[in-house]
Amino acid sequence: MHTLPGVEGFMYPNEMELQWSILIVIYPYLTGVVAGAFILASLQRVFNVKAVEPTYRLALLTALAFMLIAPLPLQLHLGHPERSLEMFLTPHTTSAMAMFGFVYLWYLLAVLLIEIWLEFRPYIVEQAQTASGVWRLFYRALTLGSYNLSPRALEIDHRVGRIVTVVGIPSAFLLHGYVGFIFGSVKANPWWSTPLMPVVFLFSAIVSGIAAVLLIYLVYCRLAKIPVDMPCLDTMAKYLYYAFLVDFSLEMLDLIHRIYVSDESFKSLDFMVHTRLYGSQVVGQIVLGTVLPIGLLGLTQLLSLSVRVRKRLYVAAGTLTMAGIFLMRWNVVIGGQLFSKSFLGYTTYKMGFATREGLLPALVVMALPLLVLSVLVRLLPPMEKQRPAPPV
Amino acid sequence: MSLDRREFLAKGTMFLLLTGAASRAWAFIEQGRPQDAPDYDIALHWWAMYIDIEKCIGCGRCVDACKVENDVLPEAYYSRTWVERYIIPPIDPADPMAEILPIVDSPNAGRDGFPAVPAIAGAKSFFVPKLCNHCADSPCTQVCPVGATFRGPDGVVLIDKTWCVGCRYCIQACPYGCRYFDPRTNTADKCTLCYHRITKGLTTACCEVCPTQARVLGNLRNPDDPIHQLLKEHNVQVLKPNLATGAKVSYNGLDGAVR
Amino acid sequence: MPQRFRDAEHLVRLVLLMFVGVLLFLVIRTFFVPADFGEFGHFRAGTLQDIRNLPLHYASRGSCGEADCHEEEAAALASDTHAKVGCESCHGALAAHAADPKLAKAATVEANVLCARCHASLAARPKDFPQVEIETHREGEGECTECHDSHEPTS
Repeated sequence: MHTLPGVEGFMYPNEMELQWSILIVIYPYLTGVVAGAFILASLQRVFNVKAVEPTYRLALLTALAFMLIAPLPLQLHLGHPERSLEMFLTPHTTSAMAMFGFVYLWYLLAVLLIEIWLEFRPYIVEQAQTASGVWRLFYRALTLGSYNLSPRALEIDHRVGRIVTVVGIPSAFLLHGYVGFIFGSVKANPWWSTPLMPVVFLFSAIVSGIAAVLLIYLVYCRLAKIPVDMPCLDTMAKYLYYAFLVDFSLEMLDLIHRIYVSDESFKSLDFMVHTRLYGSQVVGQIVLGTVLPIGLLGLTQLLSLSVRVRKRLYVAAGTLTMAGIFLMRWNVVIGGQLFSKSFLGYTTYKMGFATREGLLPALVVMALPLLVLSVLVRLLPPMEKQRPAPPV
Repeated sequence: MSLDRREFLAKGTMFLLLTGAASRAWAFIEQGRPQDAPDYDIALHWWAMYIDIEKCIGCGRCVDACKVENDVLPEAYYSRTWVERYIIPPIDPADPMAEILPIVDSPNAGRDGFPAVPAIAGAKSFFVPKLCNHCADSPCTQVCPVGATFRGPDGVVLIDKTWCVGCRYCIQACPYGCRYFDPRTNTADKCTLCYHRITKGLTTACCEVCPTQARVLGNLRNPDDPIHQLLKEHNVQVLKPNLATGAKVSYNGLDGAVR
Repeated sequence: MPQRFRDAEHLVRLVLLMFVGVLLFLVIRTFFVPADFGEFGHFRAGTLQDIRNLPLHYASRGSCGEADCHEEEAAALASDTHAKVGCESCHGALAAHAADPKLAKAATVEANVLCARCHASLAARPKDFPQVEIETHREGEGECTECHDSHEPTS
């Protein structure tokens, strides 16, 4: 029998090799953090949750850092990255992927960059007048030639910023819901095809975004040697807990529905989950990546624990969460390609190391947003509490 | 004659617009339109195929001819067409509720024929040639983000390899597994229904070499095409009808177990 | 400039910047999108002709027996059970040979392998299709062509 090693049972000849690699796992992971971090930031702006104010700027910068890097895994994956502009030049309006390009662009330019710019404008103007060397030019460019920081100007900034955030919340929902729709609308693939997919993706994005900002905030405070604002941290953990409960319920709903309805694909998918996806889905995503962090967070919500214990639990829960959400993306993308559409066979994912879509570039791409963030927090310090006195 | 500023702007804009329009019209004329080429009128064709399971002997000449005609890479995982063998064990009267899973194989996509396998008493077996179904409501063209793959006006689903970005969304969206990624062009690739042949009055390579006429190309727009009679006289099915793809490859004798 | 505009000046500049960006995009678009894109649908119309221009490797059945080339074989074939089998089914792609017989030789066919490809007994083959158990047919010895003329196999 001439089949590829790693193929079990029967697969259509063209199905034996996977088309979407770890890079396509990383892409929704990064955009998920973008949406989640932004929604956390919006809690303060729009819903006036004052407690998370200390992380407002950090959350925005995290969203930006991840958003700048997210297109990179896509470019590495494309057969012709030099033609990627075609998605904007001749977008096919029936394609979720094409329309997503515009959603991404809208979100980056009309929401995130504007909100960050308005928030940091006083600092930018100050640096444009006091910084030295090439940085001065950089900040001067960012001012767009306006040095107006009068109370009225700042008032306008604040109001416009609020509008941008209000518009930004549905935009963030659209941003990651769309990624879910890209998978959920593929009727050819029963592992992907469900109307729940956009919603599951969105809530897991919110979970990953909050967890990411929580961890980044702790690291930032440690590196900048500033004390952690515990009410802020506790509030973030509380929202993480609630978001996680919704996310878990949605994923369980999908699972229970599949088991109950038991359509023609069920046996094959069930077999796949119990064999090839057991480690990553049952052990990794569900037990260690969802149930355990929910349990740990639940403890902090129900019991009265010391600051030290709470911090340790938050770090543990946050880290498990980030790993769990990554595995969720893995199980969707890779899992959806491991079984045959004939429901009679399975293949394996062979990941290279130093190849274009291998483990090495994947690790680099995962590390880059943090690198970019470390540069951004230097350019636009998030904990800069003072605002310059308005010029009289 | 002197022009004031407003007049100049108005006339200038009109001039630019007309030149722009004229140059576009000229480029359009120079492009060469396929339906103006001799003999082939795109508007008179709506391509489909009829495959008779009861005639297929699993010789694999079709798979071989397709690879040669279309310069496809030799490996099995670059298949524009392939043949599957289904062996369906009988229902055991002692345990009629037991699940019967068909045994399916396609060694090297069927290109070298099929080896004999130990017989299963009472089993039903047959061959199923498969290829792109050139769906009328094709899910693969629906998802292409840039308009590189499309369904032409004569019903053939094609790929523009100069425009494809290689995102592979179409490969994911095809329910029949008929698409693959060609590493030579770094684009998606698939059966073109031998468009370069059928527009010259020839038939597809696979139909050409089929020794039993299990595969028959048809033009549904032609009222005298034999395919109309074939579709009328036989109970035909398409693959995965529940997905409503508008598949245009109709099978006679397709067993319900075939996926 | 009135005071309220002066306070919102930076926003006005931002909007202007975005406007310029959109214009730039539209200009880029006219350069990079092929002129014939969208003529028949959301694709580059010229690709239809490009695909039509791809080279032929197979000719067609019927083109072998004409022009005084292989009339004898074609006639023998037409009178027997292999009538519906195209020449290229066994002899491979012959468009180059048909165009210039001296330049491109037709591939020779390894009879035993090829005959067995269709006629070896397989359970999945239609019951009314002529098949033989190759190993036991004439004790599995000799060439198929010793008894069967490939163009007139049942005569």
